[in-house]
Amino acid sequence: MPIIFREPELEPFRELEQLQRRMNRLFQSVFGREWAPWTAGVYPLVNLSEDKDHLYLRAELPGVRPEDLEITIKDNSLVLRGERKIPEEEKNANYHRRERESGYFRRVVRLPSPVDPNNVEATCKDGILTVRLGKPEEVKPRQIQVKSV
Amino acid sequence: MSAREIQPKVKEEAPARAERVRPGRVFLPNVDIFETPEALVLMADMPGVAGDKVSLDLKENQLIISGEISPPLGEGESLISQEYYTGDFYREFQLGELINKDKIEATMKDGVLRLYLPKAEKAKPRKIEVKVG
Repeated sequence: MPIIFREPELEPFRELEQLQRRMNRLFQSVFGREWAPWTAGVYPLVNLSEDKDHLYLRAELPGVRPEDLEITIKDNSLVLRGERKIPEEEKNANYHRRERESGYFRRVVRLPSPVDPNNVEATCKDGILTVRLGKPEEVKPRQIQVKSV
Repeated sequence: MSAREIQPKVKEEAPARAERVRPGRVFLPNVDIFETPEALVLMADMPGVAGDKVSLDLKENQLIISGEISPPLGEGESLISQEYYTGDFYREFQLGELINKDKIEATMKDGVLRLYLPKAEKAKPRKIEVKVG
């Protein structure tokens, strides 16, 4: 899985994604429930989390091989692109159900805080991609000692 | 082969069957099911489920597949934004074919379960030759 650092291309969808997220929050605050699933956004859906030293981006990508994934980071944007391949089964297979989707995907995620581009690690386990992004020193929480004078 | 862009799908929650001991949500895995002359093959997307956390139950013609996910967050992590929910997987199927239970093969790879269910002898199609008398 190559992790590439380079200039971001023009991202016309980024603003749309942001707008959508704002709409979701508005919806939630007005109606008190989650935004209905018909506008799920862009594949893959991602969850962001953090601890003291790292930011974590996770996505459910079952059956996607690490070599079919490409992650690019520049400034506060992470671009995730790849392809989910579902191998064709033997010719005389007769399908009863086909719910699993194949195809390509491309997603730009705006990270909530700056990251250290030299401290990024991506792993795939049981169909879940985890990108661990190191926080630079200046955004790490720091405890401030209160002195009594 | 496929040059189309994948559309995101929100995972569908499984209908509540019974009181669960494990907390959290339960989802229906997306599946492909196909049939060959020898077997039924079921592929199920169960991201986050390790190979040893899958369970299969076949009673007569009812097949139940379920999987427990590993904790979605590491220790000391807190969520900032969430677009998908995490939870276990559960789904029931009614099989139209008799299955040879002794020869079922199940493999789990990258969060995808592949279940090979060979048909029992008498369920296999048999070609009957028409003799010309």
